[in-house]
Amino acid sequence: MVTMENKKVLLNHGSGGRLTHQLIDSIFGSRFSNPVLDQRTDSAVIDVSGQKVAFTTDSFVVNPIFFPGGNIGKLAVCGTVNDLAVSGATPQALSVSFIIEEGFSFDELEKIAESMALTAKEAGVSIVTGDTKVVNRGMADKIFINTSGIGPIRQERAGIGPGEKVKEGDVVIVNGFIGDHGMAILAAREELPFSADVKSDCAPLNHLIADILDTTDQVTFMRDATRGGLGTVICELAESRNAGILIEEKALPVRNAVKSMSDMFGFDPLFIANEGKVVLTVREKDSERVLGAMRKNPLGTDAAVIGRVTADKGIVEMKTMIGGRRIISMPAGDQLPRIC
Amino acid sequence: MNLREDFRNQRDCRALAERICFESRTPVSIMEVCGGHTMALQRHGIPSLLPETVSLISGPGCPVCVSDIRFIDHAVALAREPGVVIATYGDLIRVPGSTSSLEKEKANGASVKVVWSALEALTFASANPGLKVVFLGIGFETTSPGTAIAVIEAAKASADNFFVLSSHKVMPPAMTALIDEGVRIDAYLCPGHVSVITGSSIYEPIAGKYHKPCVVSGFEPSDILQSIWMIIKQVESGDARVEIQYSRAVRPEGNLRAQKVIEEVFVSSDDYWRGLGNLPKSGLKLAEKYSRFDAAEMIPVKIEETRESAGCICGDVLKGIKKPNQCKLFRTACTPNHPVGACMVSSEGTCSAYFQYGDNGK
Amino acid sequence: MCLGIPGKVVWIDGQRAGVDFGDVVCEAGTHLVEELKIGDFVLVHSGYILEKMDLAEAEQTLALFKQLSESSGEQ
Repeated sequence: MVTMENKKVLLNHGSGGRLTHQLIDSIFGSRFSNPVLDQRTDSAVIDVSGQKVAFTTDSFVVNPIFFPGGNIGKLAVCGTVNDLAVSGATPQALSVSFIIEEGFSFDELEKIAESMALTAKEAGVSIVTGDTKVVNRGMADKIFINTSGIGPIRQERAGIGPGEKVKEGDVVIVNGFIGDHGMAILAAREELPFSADVKSDCAPLNHLIADILDTTDQVTFMRDATRGGLGTVICELAESRNAGILIEEKALPVRNAVKSMSDMFGFDPLFIANEGKVVLTVREKDSERVLGAMRKNPLGTDAAVIGRVTADKGIVEMKTMIGGRRIISMPAGDQLPRIC
Repeated sequence: MNLREDFRNQRDCRALAERICFESRTPVSIMEVCGGHTMALQRHGIPSLLPETVSLISGPGCPVCVSDIRFIDHAVALAREPGVVIATYGDLIRVPGSTSSLEKEKANGASVKVVWSALEALTFASANPGLKVVFLGIGFETTSPGTAIAVIEAAKASADNFFVLSSHKVMPPAMTALIDEGVRIDAYLCPGHVSVITGSSIYEPIAGKYHKPCVVSGFEPSDILQSIWMIIKQVESGDARVEIQYSRAVRPEGNLRAQKVIEEVFVSSDDYWRGLGNLPKSGLKLAEKYSRFDAAEMIPVKIEETRESAGCICGDVLKGIKKPNQCKLFRTACTPNHPVGACMVSSEGTCSAYFQYGDNGK
Repeated sequence: MCLGIPGKVVWIDGQRAGVDFGDVVCEAGTHLVEELKIGDFVLVHSGYILEKMDLAEAEQTLALFKQLSESSGEQ
């Protein structure tokens, strides 16, 4: 329940965690309610004249707009492509809207556009329509981008996004190192007194996901881990399906630089932003095959089993690196605003 | 050797936990008084490895949490002054004052800047001579040298637009006050980084007069488990001594240079601790010589009347008398999104740690 | 607040030093320590080096853990 006693939006409302969910539920969800929206999946699956189509939208306000491993444009294409792909759809077409601050350099705009074109090509999608607005200096921070996307989805894959078939014994897999994007952004913010050997993992995941879904029909859940981190996806799954999940801390793939920064700032790698990570649950009997297929793809070479679905309904627990146990729950907000 | 990873070894931790389980016979309540320890205990799930005889209590180790509501109200009043920029560690932003918080003031247009060190606040002040930059000095003996250095550097550079609002505190008076109040404490897990600065002799009166074992502990799981084991050994043999587990960083005499700068810039003062009330000689305020950097003196503002939140038992939680889940507001009206008390806001706060990591106590 | 963690000094420039924590290099003030050398292991907190780490003591602590693990394994 949101208490909006000072009736103003706070930065934390945009972080993707509980506060964001509360704002969405109370202000938008309640007014726009319909069976599709109410599922709150990354992509909405709608019926267009008998054909199931996945439809999604995302806005990008990342600061800084250029960072190690990418830029706001690449992020905008990957973000929307990935939202479609993890719902089981084949990304087909994107729209792009730009809101540009007066005075923004053409040089930077060209770099961003070039990057978007390259990423779209890599993902095999077309940017088919768009919009451009310019606002007065000071009315937007350099550039904001919105992308929306559509793609056809096979009926039998429509249940993967919500995790309808998740059950005890399913294995939890992630495709590689977590926390890279968040830490790359933090390191790139000039006002901070450190440098780190880490770049954003921003990448289009649709080919990797196609490889996975072509290998097996035993994938029971899939979602991309973005601003709320891997941990948020797992908590959301546990909550929405009343499923128990046990994570092995030792099995989590975390780079040295991310470990160091987490120790320095007291972050939990589970809740640091990603932009090229997919989390899935698979029936245990197919997990080796899925891992094999993932590791053949450049975006899945470090894929790992990190846990499993348990009988402890609704509880997410972690076996810590020293053999202790602790409960995992979604943090309130994010210490890093404007991460994507 | 890796100074972090090597102290997180599962085999070592299991062996230490086994020794504790084997040797602990007498029920013992161990209080830790350091936010870093609170977090490390929960993060690694250490309580789940300990026997029934060992209880861990979180004490007033989070400097944000023990700061008086009035300190926040003062910072809010300063934030509302035109031309003032508040420079603060990130944690303080969301701590609720009587009617507002720095986060809310920021949403209303006030200048509030998160900094990682006191020197960063000074650098910002030097780069912006037209603004009055007020650094909120909170923390125990670990951070007060840093604030002191910034003040000394400000004096050297004649940075007359740099100010400090000090809520720095020192640990031992709170540790003895808790025992005097009758809180059941059998031993102290002493703060590792405070002790790097102060040395271990500050705990001698607690061991001597109150007969409580005091072990200065590091922050990695092996450190904490070894420290608990050292406490158990003392308890089982009826001992009460000060020992240093964190010997790779803590010397008995501490860091003399750091102690000197604290003495140079600060004087001891009585101070108010949330939950403990007024404790004599438990706080630090700027010495006369540096009073021109004291925001309280140099930027007069009207501070609103203090209003405590009804139902908030942060005081009892900070004293270790109650656990967060015994508070009626915990997880209902008081969550990290909408904190009522300071213990929920700070990442080192007991309630925040319990909310995030779950109550892993047995 | 920044937590205190150990790292290795990789550069020194007046009263600032670069400390490597493992693929991350952070800048910290050296005002609180004396005779700092490149290669020293130090503890950093809130933008300052608080103390030099004593590696001999660290080795001793780890040796004790090793002994404990080994004798525990025998039981």
